[in-house]
Amino acid sequence: MLRYIGKRFLLILPTIFVPLIMVFLLLRLSPGDPAGMILGDQATAEQIAALRAELGLNEPLGVQFVIWLKNIVTLDLGNSLFFRDPVVEIIPRYAGVTVGLATIALVLAILIAVIAGSFSALKRNSIVDRSIVTTTVLGISVPEFWFALILVFVFAVTLRWLPVAGYTPPSAGIIAWGTSIALPALALGIRQSALMTRMMRSSMLDVLGEPYITTARAQGLPEHVVIGRYAMKTAAIPVVTVVGLSAGYMLGGTVAIEIIFALPGLGRLLVEAVARRDFPVVEGGVLAISLILAALNLIIDIIYAIIDPRIRYK
Amino acid sequence: MTSSISSNILVVEDLSLSLKSGKTVLPIITNVSFSVSKGESVALVGESGCGKSITASAILGLPPENAVVTGSIWLNGIEISKLDKQGRRKLCGQKIGFIFQEPMTALHPTLTIGRQLTDTLRLHLGLSKRAAMDRAAELLDRVGIPRPREILKGYVHELSGGMRQRVMIALAISCGPELVIADEPTTALDVTIQAQVLDLLDEMRAELGLAMVFITHDLEVVGDHCDRAVVMYAGDVIEYGSSQDVVSSPSHPYTVGLIDATPANNEDRDRLVPIPGTVPPVGHWPSGCRFAPRCSLSDDHCRSRPEFMKANVTDIRCWHPDGRVSQ
Repeated sequence: MLRYIGKRFLLILPTIFVPLIMVFLLLRLSPGDPAGMILGDQATAEQIAALRAELGLNEPLGVQFVIWLKNIVTLDLGNSLFFRDPVVEIIPRYAGVTVGLATIALVLAILIAVIAGSFSALKRNSIVDRSIVTTTVLGISVPEFWFALILVFVFAVTLRWLPVAGYTPPSAGIIAWGTSIALPALALGIRQSALMTRMMRSSMLDVLGEPYITTARAQGLPEHVVIGRYAMKTAAIPVVTVVGLSAGYMLGGTVAIEIIFALPGLGRLLVEAVARRDFPVVEGGVLAISLILAALNLIIDIIYAIIDPRIRYK
Repeated sequence: MTSSISSNILVVEDLSLSLKSGKTVLPIITNVSFSVSKGESVALVGESGCGKSITASAILGLPPENAVVTGSIWLNGIEISKLDKQGRRKLCGQKIGFIFQEPMTALHPTLTIGRQLTDTLRLHLGLSKRAAMDRAAELLDRVGIPRPREILKGYVHELSGGMRQRVMIALAISCGPELVIADEPTTALDVTIQAQVLDLLDEMRAELGLAMVFITHDLEVVGDHCDRAVVMYAGDVIEYGSSQDVVSSPSHPYTVGLIDATPANNEDRDRLVPIPGTVPPVGHWPSGCRFAPRCSLSDDHCRSRPEFMKANVTDIRCWHPDGRVSQ
C-alpha cells in the first residue's frame, strides 16, 4: 500500500510541472513587453528598464526559468502588483474559501447521489425511480449560475432564510460560515450531484445483477448487509471516478458562483488578477490550483486502492 | 416418487413456477416432484433452459421477483414453502448451502475471503469475530486449501479456479447445512480440476451426511457421482430413477437421445447422433407431451399430457413406456 502511494506521488509531479511551464511561458512569450504591460501606457523607458531588471527579464529564457523555478520551490512568488502583499500570503486566504466551498458542495453532492442513486436502483421502474431520473436530467441540463440565481430568489429574497451574498469566515462562527456558504455550495454541487446520482444508479443496477449478490442472499445475509456492504462496496468504484472528475470541475466552476455570491475565492481572485495584469498573482493562483488538483488526484487514487484491492496489482 | 416425508431431508412436491410480466403468465417449470434423503445425491439433468436452475432458486426461496410459485417444498419435515420471506432467508446459508457455477463471479471481488466466510458464520452461528475467523480457517483447511490463514486475508482474484470453487464449497458448508444445492459446480473448471472438486463434494457429502441436489448437464458426472437422477425437459420432469439406470438403460426417448449424443457412449460410432430439432422456447410448449415434436415415437396419444408410467427400470412421463409406437 505504501509503495503504491509512493508510486502515485511520483506520478503527480509531472501533473504539477506541466502547468508551471505553461504559466512561465504565458508570461514570457505573451506579445509585447511584460514590464510594459505591467506598468501600463504612462510608464517611462527608465521605469520599464528598472522593472525588467527587477523581474530578471534581461536574462536568457533558460536562466530565467531556472531562477523562476528556484523561487517557486522556495515559495518566493513575489509581491502582488495590485495588493503589494506577498503572493504566498494572498493565495491561501482566497484558496481557503474556494476549497471550503468545493468541499461542502462535494460532500452534499455525494450524500444526495449515494442515497438517491441507490434508492432509485433498488426501486427500479417505480414512480420514485422515474422522478429521480427525471430530476437528474433537469439537474444536468441547468447551468450553475442560473440555478444559483433561482436559489437566491427562493431562499434569500423570498423566504429570507439565508443571506443573498457575502462571506463570513469560519473564524466568525461555524454556523455563520455555514449559512453564508450553503446556497453557493448547493448551486455548485447540484449538477455534479445529478451526474453522480445517475452513475450511482446504473452502477448499483449492474452490481445488483452480479452473481456475488445472489451468493450473499443465498447465504441468508439480511438485505441491509447485502446492499450496504456487498453491493455498495463495488457499486461505489465508478462513482469515485466521477467524484474525482467533479471535484476538479468544481474548482474551475467556482468562478461564476463566487462572483454571484460575492465570495472572496480563488476563482474570482484569478479572474480579477488577469484583468489587472497582476502576473505574480496569476502565477501563484495557477500554481495553487494545480497543487490542489494534484492532491485531489492522489486522494482519489488512494481511495481507489482502498475500495478495490484489485487495483494495486495492475 | 412421494416417498415418506420423514426419512427425507428434501421433498419437492408438484412444484410449478411461472413468470408474470404484465398480464401474461409464462410457465417455466411444471409439476416438478422429487426427494433427497440424508447423504444422498440427486442429479437434476437437462439442457440449458430446461428449468434446472430455476427449480434450485425456488427451493432456496430466491426465485425471480416476478415469479409465481406453487406446490410444496419440505425441508427435514417442515413445509418451508409456507414460510414467509424472512423465514426462508434464515434457512439460506444455515440449513441450505448453495454452490454456484462460476466461483470467480459468485464470490465478492473486493471483500476478503475471510470477510465473506465470517459474515455468514457470525450471522447464523452467532460467533465472535475471532471465533468466526478460526472456524473459517478450519473450513478452508477442511476443503483442502493450504495456508488458510493467508488465504482468508486475500481476495478471490488471487486464487486459481479450483481453489475458488473450494472456497465456494467451504462457504456452502460453513454453517453445517442439511441440504447443499450445487448448480453446475464444475462446468467452469478445467477437466482435471473437475474431478478433484467432484471428489471433494462426494467426501463432504459422506462426512457431513449432506443431502445434495446436483444440477448438471453432464451425464457422465451423473453416473459417477449421483445416487439418483431426475431428467428435465422444457420445464417438466420426464424421467427419474437410480442414476445407474437412467444412464445405462434409459426409457424416455429424450434421455435415450441424450445418451446417444454423448461421445463416451459412442465409441464404436464415427458420428454422434443428435436429437432432431431444438428445445421449444418457454411460452411455445406443445400442449401435450413437450418432447413430441422431436420424438420418433410420437402419435395421436402424445397430443395429451402423459402421466408418469413405469418403464423398464425407470419411471417416465411418456405414452410409450415400452419404447414402441402403439397401434
